[in-house]
Amino acid sequence: MYRHNIHHRVYKFPDLKALLGKASPYRSGDELAGLCAGGYEERVAAQITLADVPLKNFLNEAVVSYEDDEITRLIIDEHDEVAFSHISHLTVGELRDWLLSDETDCATLTTIAPGLTPEMVAAVSKLMRNQDLIAMANKCQVVTRFRNTIGLKGHFSTRLQPNHPTDDPRGVAASIIDGLLFGSGDAVIGINPATDSPAAVSNLLTLMDELRNRFEIPTQTCVLSHITTTLQLVNEGAPVDLCFQSIAGTQKANASFGVNLSLIEEAYQATLSLKRGTVGNNVMYFETGQGSALSANANFGVDQQTCEVRAYAVARKFKPLLVNTVVGFIGPEYLYDGKQIIRAALEDHFCGKLLGLPMGVDVCYTNHAEADQDDMDNLLTLLGVAGCNFVMGIPGSDDIMLNYQSTSFHDALYLRKVLSLKPAPEFEHWLIKQGIVDERGNMLPVSEHGLLGGF
Amino acid sequence: MKRNIPQEIEPLKALQEFTSARIAIGRVGTSIPLKQSLEFKLAHAHARDAVYSELDLGMLTDTLKHFGLPVLHLQSKVTDRRQYLQRPDLGRRLNEPSLNELNGYRLESDVAIIVVDGLSATAVKENAVGLLDALIPLLLANGLKLAPISLVEQGRVAIGDDIGYGLNAKLSLILIGERPGLSAADSLGAYLTYNPKPGLTDESRNCVSNIRHKGLTYKKAAKKIFYLINEAFKRKLSGVELKDNAGLIES
Repeated sequence: MYRHNIHHRVYKFPDLKALLGKASPYRSGDELAGLCAGGYEERVAAQITLADVPLKNFLNEAVVSYEDDEITRLIIDEHDEVAFSHISHLTVGELRDWLLSDETDCATLTTIAPGLTPEMVAAVSKLMRNQDLIAMANKCQVVTRFRNTIGLKGHFSTRLQPNHPTDDPRGVAASIIDGLLFGSGDAVIGINPATDSPAAVSNLLTLMDELRNRFEIPTQTCVLSHITTTLQLVNEGAPVDLCFQSIAGTQKANASFGVNLSLIEEAYQATLSLKRGTVGNNVMYFETGQGSALSANANFGVDQQTCEVRAYAVARKFKPLLVNTVVGFIGPEYLYDGKQIIRAALEDHFCGKLLGLPMGVDVCYTNHAEADQDDMDNLLTLLGVAGCNFVMGIPGSDDIMLNYQSTSFHDALYLRKVLSLKPAPEFEHWLIKQGIVDERGNMLPVSEHGLLGGF
Repeated sequence: MKRNIPQEIEPLKALQEFTSARIAIGRVGTSIPLKQSLEFKLAHAHARDAVYSELDLGMLTDTLKHFGLPVLHLQSKVTDRRQYLQRPDLGRRLNEPSLNELNGYRLESDVAIIVVDGLSATAVKENAVGLLDALIPLLLANGLKLAPISLVEQGRVAIGDDIGYGLNAKLSLILIGERPGLSAADSLGAYLTYNPKPGLTDESRNCVSNIRHKGLTYKKAAKKIFYLINEAFKRKLSGVELKDNAGLIES
C-alpha cells in the first residue's frame, strides 16, 4: 500500500502498478482501461508518492506476475546486480535528479543501463516534464551497425518506407528512387507488405537487394513481414538483411502477435548466421507502440506507457539495429490528440534510449486523431533536439498502403538543415559520390540521375 | 508576387505512372511546394470533415422506405463525437431506449441490415442506398427474410451484435463508414456475422471493404456480400473459418 496526504485528503494506492497508472500524465488509453487518476490532484499525489518509492521495491514487486509472464521473468532473471549497485540506494525521485545532473554522462548511463528495469524507467519518466525527457535522451548515445553506422551524435537517419497497396514492384521501386534522390533510406529501406505471402515478400526482398547492389548503396533493406515468414525465407536463402517483428510488453500481448521469446531467439540466430552485415551485426528491427497490450486485452491493469517500456526489455535482449515506436498509429482511443502523441513519443524515445536501445520514432497520426501536420512538425523538431536516431521517410507524408500520415522525405531534409544533422557517415559519402547532395549537405539538382535509368 | 519555381520535378515525373504515392512533388529549399502542400491539406480536411459528419436520418429514412421494410432509428451509449473517438466500448453497445425499441420487432428473420455512421457518415450518405439497391433484390430473390433496417448513430461494428440478437435475426449485415484516408473519405465497409449475439469479436466476422464509386463498385460488392451470406447460411458460421471458395473475396 502506498499513500500520500494533501491537506486533509488521503490518497491511497494499493500497489505499484496502480500507483504507476495514477501517476501517468493523462492519455485516453489509460482512461479507457480505467487506470488513470480521477483528477489533477490525485495525479500529482501519485507522482509525489512515486518519487519516494525506492528503486529496490521494483525488484520485489512485479507489475505482471512472474509465474505467468515470460517478459517479467526476462526482466528479473537478467537483471544486472552489479550495474544496479551504482543506483540501488536511490528512490525514483532521486533517480530523476541523478539522471539530470551534469556529472551523469553518456558513459555512466551506458554502465547502469543493464541495472535498470523497464518499470523503473517508466516510473522515472512519469516524474519528468517534456523538457527533462528531451534533455536526458540527448545525453544518451546508442550506436548500431549493419552496413552503416546509425545513432552517432550529430547524425540523423531515416527509414525509407516505399509502401504500395498491392506491393506492385514498379510502384515500390518508384517510391524508393524518389526517396533516395531526396537522401532518404540510411536507417533501412523497409516495406510494409500488403500481404504476408512468402513468395511476394521474397520478390520484394530480391528487388531491393538488386537495387542496393547495383548502386552500391551502403544501407540495409527489410520487408516487415511476420517473423515466421522471415524465418522461412532465411532458411530458403532469400536476401534477408534484417529480421523484423512487432513486439509488446506482456507475454499475452506478444502471443496475440504470434510471437514469444524463443521464436524471436530462433529467428535472431538464423538471421545472424547469414553474416550479411559489413560494419556490424545488429540484425533485428522491432516496432512497438503504446496501447498495443490494452488493445490485445493483455495489459493486466498496467498503464500503457509501462507496458510499452516492458516491450523494450524484449528488444534489448536481441541487440537490434533499429527500434521504432509507431506512436500515433494506434488511434485516438489510446492517444487522443497532438499533445498526447507528442508526450508519448518523447517518453518512448527517452525510455528506450535509457535502456540502451537505438530508438527511432514514427512521427505519425491517423485521420480520426485530433492532430495534424503542425503537431508532427512540433514533434519532429523536439525529437531532433532529443537526438532521435531515425524517423520515417514517406512520399509526401502519405502512406497509401497503411492509410496514415507520417514524416516525408522533405521533413528529414528540414530537420537536418535546421539542426545541422547529417545522415549516417557511409550513406552521406554515397550521397555525395552520387551527386545527390554536396559536401555541406545541400541538395543538388537532379537532372538525369543513374537511379532513374533503373527503370 | 512572383512565386518560387519548385525545383527538378520533371525528370522524376515519369515515375508517377507507377504509384499513387506522392512522389516527384519537387521542393522549395527543403520544403514541399505550396501547391502540393495545399493539396495535402485539402485531402486531410475532407477526411476530418467526414469523421465529424452526421447521418441525415430524415433523408436516409425516406430513401430506405422504398425497400418496403420498417426503418428503426437507434443510438449507441455514446453521447458525443469526442466520446465516440475515445470510448470504442460505448460505441459497441446500444443505449437503453434503443434496446427497448427492438423489443417490438422480435419476429424471426434471416438477415438484419444495420446501417451505422462509424467514422464517416459521409460514406453512408454516398454509398449505403446504392449498395442496398444492388444487394436487397439478390437476397429477396433467394427467399431470405429481412428484418427491419436499422439506422444507428455513433456506432462501432460490434453494435450489430446487440441489434441482430435483439431483432432475432440469423445473420447481421453491418454497413459502416470506414476510417477516412487521404485518398478516400467515403469508403463504406460491410461486416457480416452469423448468429449475432453480444460479446463476439472480430474473428467472428467477414468484411468487404472500400465500397465506393471509385473503389469496389456496388454491383461487385453486392455480389461478394451475397456470396458470403450464402456460404454463412450453408455452413452455419462466419469469420476466419469462412473461406473464399469461389475466389470472389480478395484476401
